Amino acid sequence: MASKAGHAAVSMDRRGGINDDIGEEKRLELYRLQVVIREAEQRAFDLFLQNLVKGTSHLSLGQEAVAAGFAAAMQPKDLSFCTYRGHAHTLARGVPVEAVLGELMQRDNGLMRGKGGSMHLTSEPHGVMGSYAIIGAHLPIACGAAWRAQYKGDKDVSVCFFGDGTTNIGAFHEALNFAAVWKLPVVFVCENNLYMEYTPIGDVTAVQHPAADRAASYGLERIVIDGNDADAVYRAAQTAFAKARAGHGPSLIECMTYRHSGHSRADPAKYRPEGELEKWKERDPIKIYRERLKQFGIGDDQVAKIDADVRRIVDEATEACKAAPPPSTDILFTDVYADGGWAWRN
Amino acid sequence: MAELTYRDAVARGIAQEMARDPDVVFLGEDVAKAGGVFKATVGLYDQFGPLRVRDTPISEQAILGAAMGAAMTGLKPIAEIMFSDFFAVCFDYIANEFPKSRYMSNGQTKCPLVVRTGNGAGSRFGAQHSQSVENWCMMIPGLKVVAPSTPTDVIGLMAAAVRDPDPVIFFEHKSLYPMKGEVPDGEIVDALGTARTVRTGTDATILALALMVPRALEAAERLKVEHGVDCEVVDVRSLVPLDTQTILGSVGRTHRLFTVEENPRLCGWGAEIVSIVADEAFYDLDGPPVRITTPHIPLPAADILEDMVLPTVERIVERVQRSLGA
Ligand SMILES: Cc1ncc(C[n+]2csc(CCOP(=O)(O)OP(=O)(O)O)c2C)c(N)n1
Ligand SMILES: [Mg+2]
Repeated sequence: MASKAGHAAVSMDRRGGINDDIGEEKRLELYRLQVVIREAEQRAFDLFLQNLVKGTSHLSLGQEAVAAGFAAAMQPKDLSFCTYRGHAHTLARGVPVEAVLGELMQRDNGLMRGKGGSMHLTSEPHGVMGSYAIIGAHLPIACGAAWRAQYKGDKDVSVCFFGDGTTNIGAFHEALNFAAVWKLPVVFVCENNLYMEYTPIGDVTAVQHPAADRAASYGLERIVIDGNDADAVYRAAQTAFAKARAGHGPSLIECMTYRHSGHSRADPAKYRPEGELEKWKERDPIKIYRERLKQFGIGDDQVAKIDADVRRIVDEATEACKAAPPPSTDILFTDVYADGGWAWRN
Repeated sequence: MAELTYRDAVARGIAQEMARDPDVVFLGEDVAKAGGVFKATVGLYDQFGPLRVRDTPISEQAILGAAMGAAMTGLKPIAEIMFSDFFAVCFDYIANEFPKSRYMSNGQTKCPLVVRTGNGAGSRFGAQHSQSVENWCMMIPGLKVVAPSTPTDVIGLMAAAVRDPDPVIFFEHKSLYPMKGEVPDGEIVDALGTARTVRTGTDATILALALMVPRALEAAERLKVEHGVDCEVVDVRSLVPLDTQTILGSVGRTHRLFTVEENPRLCGWGAEIVSIVADEAFYDLDGPPVRITTPHIPLPAADILEDMVLPTVERIVERVQRSLGA
């Protein structure tokens, strides 16, 4: 599954030693982001089993490297557009774990105080411009944000994350063409986790690589990377962002990855062939990255410290959410319109 | 004062706002170099250039999605959807994205944009290019919906829509494009959420929208001359926000209510207004409210057939006269 690009990058690192292109500080950030996502998502699942996470939720367990790699390459003003599987991308931009878990638990301390829920995480101050639950809807929206940057001469990039299944809806193709003809500073990131909800993507797609094999239709480069290797993701992100900032238009990057849990909530994922999950767990992004840190001489103590630190943050966030009240009902009728209210008549 | 067509008023309204605010941008299919398929945006490309007036591919989802992303991050886009019937291929943005983002994000995001579209029948285009779909939008919390009937209102409501911080759906009636009207010189800025009493009268209130306004006015004249019935005509103009005070006030004086709606009958805008009046002004009414609508059928293309189903002056006169027993 891992692409040539991913392997080449790793071997280059070995030669490069600790003075490589990524560097220790960035590597520690990449590791930390992945652990934050892993711990928070695992906690979300545990809380769901305790009936403390209501509604639905779509976890990114196993897909942490994509979120971490892109977020670590982003500038603070860059914008993220996510799907309902958006906890990871939201956390990766620095949104506090408590705000995310609070929203999942439908508490007053939630990111949107319970008005959006798990599928719509949004944090404007962190550049998380929404999580969208209608497949494909946010690709054109990301184009629009990129159009604003182009028009105003702003240097930010709009980054749009979506799944393999999303490549078969019209909005994907409309957005890719639109972005290409308008040369917009937008980066489309397909997280190919091999499945839609329950159906393997290969069963319903005319090409092997649902995103990359369509790139040529829009005059774009065919890019497939190892989405479980945060370094490979980070490098691909840097290249695409530099291209976008230089005014050379959009990129489409297909990241090969795998979700360890089911599609949503308690999906037991019985549709997987035997052994598939185990095979992918050998390529667990966090496992890969611990080895990577070791290769570059980063000590176990530093890794252990990050692990402990993150666990403490997630524990504290959990306790804060458990103690938090439900949303106060006076927000029910706020923010339908820009005047703050919901009046549709005089 | 100058005489202007409704069509030219569209371009003037957009130009007024683009000249005022550099964040106002305009996109759509064939709108820039070609000036729009209805020639309603001729001159904008020359005046404001290719960065602000942009032709798009035939990608209605991309048009509306891009407008939204631009609006969320600081621009004030005006997007054209050529025919309102095409809302059906980009309805996700109209129904799920524009109107819900602010609420779902607990007020973090904004969506100040205008979607303008050619609406309505009379062109003999048949069932997929003639519909009146204001009610598709009226039912969605978070949207604002206007439908002007005169050139001056086109300019003034366009200005109000562009300056409004919420997503506004702006219905232009295709059959009104050639209609002329006197338009004041200088800047024109109107207010959303305001109906206008375009004829005062004492015997009945007739509510109308867009192309139905001139028909209702002509019917009122004939009712007066031929039957001695004095009707008040209210141009509803804005479905959301809805100026219920003007409507209830008029019904309170005339004690009878008629709506003239181009949409097919079920769930047309008049149904909501009749229900409000029934709720809040029941004892003001001297008789049942009457809805004059297109029947619940797809629109036919042939002129003779289309003319039979849209509310006409004759039908309005006949229906009002029959109900009032005049
Ligand atoms: C327009 C639309 N169709 C169907 C769905 C139901 N749905 C939700 S998630 C999903 C699978 C999407 O698969 P993919 O794009 O691969 O993303 P993943 O869940 O694997 O991250 C489907 C079909 C939807 N939300 N929107
Ligand atoms: Mg998938």
